[in-house]
Amino acid sequence: MSLDARVVCSRGSLEVDVALAAEPGEVIAILGPNGAGKSTILRCLAGLLPLEDGHVQLDNVDLDRPTADVFVRPEHRSIGFVFQNYLLFPSMTALENVAFGLRARGMSARQARSQAAAWIERVGLTDHAAHLPSALSGGQAQRIALARAMATEPRLLLLDEPLAALDAGTRSEVRRELQHHLRTFHGVRILVTHDPLDAYALADRVVVLQAGKVVQQGTLTDVTARPKSRYVADLVGVNLVKGTASFGVLTTPSGATVQTSDDVNGAAFALIQPRSIALYRSPPDGSPRNVWATTVTDIDPRSHRVRLDGPIPLIAEVTVAALDALALQAGDQLWASVKASEITIYPA
Amino acid sequence: MAVKLLTSRVVPAVTALALVAACASTTSYTSATTTAAPATTMTAPTSKGQITVFAASSLTAAFTDLGAAFTKAHPEVRVTFSFDASSALVTQITQGAPADMFASADTANMDKLTAASLTASTPVVFATNALSIIVPAGNPKGIKAPGDLANTTLKVVLCDPTVPCGKYAKQSLDAAKVAVTPVSLEQNVKGVVTKVTTGEADAGIAYVTDVKAAGDKASGVDIPAAVNVVAKYPIASIKSSTHHDIDAAFIAFVTSQEGQAILAVSGFGKP
Amino acid sequence: MPRQNRWRRPISQRPPWPAVVIAAVGIAFFALAFMGLLWKVPWASAWHVLSAAGSRKALRLSLVCSVWATVLAMFFGVPIAWLLARLDFPGRGIARALCTLSMVLPPVVAGIALFYALGRRGILGQYLDRWFGITLPFTTAGVVVAQTFVAMPFLILTVEAAFRQQDLQYEDAARTLGASRWYLFRRVTLPAIRPGLIAGGVLAWARALGEFGATITFAGNFPGRTQTMPLAIYLAAETNPEEALVLSLVLVAVSFGVLVALRDRYLQSRSTPAL
Repeated sequence: MSLDARVVCSRGSLEVDVALAAEPGEVIAILGPNGAGKSTILRCLAGLLPLEDGHVQLDNVDLDRPTADVFVRPEHRSIGFVFQNYLLFPSMTALENVAFGLRARGMSARQARSQAAAWIERVGLTDHAAHLPSALSGGQAQRIALARAMATEPRLLLLDEPLAALDAGTRSEVRRELQHHLRTFHGVRILVTHDPLDAYALADRVVVLQAGKVVQQGTLTDVTARPKSRYVADLVGVNLVKGTASFGVLTTPSGATVQTSDDVNGAAFALIQPRSIALYRSPPDGSPRNVWATTVTDIDPRSHRVRLDGPIPLIAEVTVAALDALALQAGDQLWASVKASEITIYPA
Repeated sequence: MAVKLLTSRVVPAVTALALVAACASTTSYTSATTTAAPATTMTAPTSKGQITVFAASSLTAAFTDLGAAFTKAHPEVRVTFSFDASSALVTQITQGAPADMFASADTANMDKLTAASLTASTPVVFATNALSIIVPAGNPKGIKAPGDLANTTLKVVLCDPTVPCGKYAKQSLDAAKVAVTPVSLEQNVKGVVTKVTTGEADAGIAYVTDVKAAGDKASGVDIPAAVNVVAKYPIASIKSSTHHDIDAAFIAFVTSQEGQAILAVSGFGKP
Repeated sequence: MPRQNRWRRPISQRPPWPAVVIAAVGIAFFALAFMGLLWKVPWASAWHVLSAAGSRKALRLSLVCSVWATVLAMFFGVPIAWLLARLDFPGRGIARALCTLSMVLPPVVAGIALFYALGRRGILGQYLDRWFGITLPFTTAGVVVAQTFVAMPFLILTVEAAFRQQDLQYEDAARTLGASRWYLFRRVTLPAIRPGLIAGGVLAWARALGEFGATITFAGNFPGRTQTMPLAIYLAAETNPEEALVLSLVLVAVSFGVLVALRDRYLQSRSTPAL
């Protein structure tokens, strides 16, 4: 089962134009900040929002193609949707919720309920089958929502921030379970998240979305190793500088330069690990070819990170001892230096 | 369009329908009232004031004209009327409604007031009325006699037996040995008239004066005198009235030649 | 929950006394009116009045017609409410005004309007009579029509509000699960608006039960066929106040019984909103 889509639609002031393809058996995570358009894409794939252009094709069947005037309504698509706030029908028990999709598609009540019971057992909530959603905890509701979406055995499973509504403790436990259930599911699985841990645990491929456009794609390792967006860089906690490179020297739009040891030309990113940055009270006289005059703007004692303002805004990480020794305060003038060999540069 | 419809019909229809005429007839009355001879002169009232006359709904047209004539002769007096079924009016008066005079469509209702010592003067019969079959203009169903009303395909409306015109109608039909199944029992005679003039009912039994008042909207079919009833209309002043002199003057006017002439125009008979 | 020390009970938990006083006066106002009925009822002759065939016919007719009117009000009212709530069409304001107009008008006006629309010489009525031999005035069906006409607006307003309050996300969820629009309406929308539907139905039923002006104008008055309780009471009030009193009390008792039976819990949704 495969998905081939190009989602073009606008929501308010946001214009989304994303090409998405999923191979059989692939789990894709759409990663991005709030307002990037992640949920919009899911709604378009589900048919809750019609496309303005582009197409959605599942197993080589067109579900939505505006140019050919093709639009298949959500109720006629083989999809399962797990909503961010689960949307379990409040006046139905957990069992009736899970059975809903089956009965809606014509199955007899008895058969639907027995199948639903099997699904509920699979998610380990048989004791709660007769409970109303208001009597379920967050984690339990999430599992029922998942069972409900999977019960109809859809060919496309969409999960919108499935763990966002859970507290941190429950989240990791539920993530493990979700991982297990997703692995047993046969079909295209697309999940939307802003938590890279989810992407790491659940997805094979990550699509990074920013302002309605894809800025990067690949496995999570690849994406985090070479982030091409501020969002991922912040997520991972590294410094990312964007500019034009010429024989390994990156020039930012504001004119600052970053010396690297790789021979890269054209539009490029330079990645500087915070722990690679050395801080000096007086201009250092040594081998590092990158030295910038900076001002301390913020110090986070918990993570030993210092925020620096200068030709290139940086976040440096120093040891506790070093912090004490330097007796840093906001407003201090410091010199930051990085060895060229410790900077990773790659094309944009 | 709806607005036009409402305004062109609401006023007359609501006026008609708002009147609840209860013609509760009882057995023939005893001599609790007197029949007055028409007087030729009027006594001028000695004070200014306003009197309220409660009158049976069948007197609507006639009494409105009488009131206008009376006021013309006595400009310092104002007469207001409340028209409703006689039985409804009696109930209101016994509950303390502010009436100065009461003109009833039958003697039974007037007797109720005299029995309760609520009348100030001896009731005087000032007019008579008779029943008539009323049909839509042109008599589309060709009704000729009371016996035709027994036809079950006809929609006949009568007054409810608890109001005078209903009791009279029942009396008349019993005398004619005709069994009628009405489709509705209206609470006052105006209700019967409206149902017939709008064409909703094929026939009804109302007063002769109603047929006349309906003008070209309705036609009448005579009920033979042998099986018809003579409705006697008494008038009396109410004890709680503070204008007994004006009351007396009004009664005198009603029984005067001028008053009787006005009543005759509406189709009332001599007392 | 442990009982709090009286002195320490937070101000916010005590009801504000002005509200309590005003509410108490209002409740006393209602109670007084009905106590007046109870006080004056001639209990001795009550049974005699009640067992009279006319009274039983009137009560039965009232109940049957008001229930029918409620059913019709729901059948037409729910789709109207749905359209008014969900669809933004030109003239929506006028449509809503039309559908709720009969609630504002005096019932007699409604009766007159129906008369000229559906009477034997009415705009539509004349064709009903000429072509199908159907007449509504003077029939029990006419009573139901008159009652439906005045009662439906209550249902429409209540249900429209319920539709507007509904969280439409649940409908999205249902659609992704494969629910057709009708299935969705049946199993998701209707349960969600259930309190509003019940409240609206009760209001409509109560209005239909008490309907007088439109009924007597349009349907006429005939025992067993069109003489509902309000009509019977009105007629009796003129000639036999005692009978009117007894019948009034019966109507009050029946209505009161139904309203009390409609306990709070039916007016609250079955669940609390999830998450």
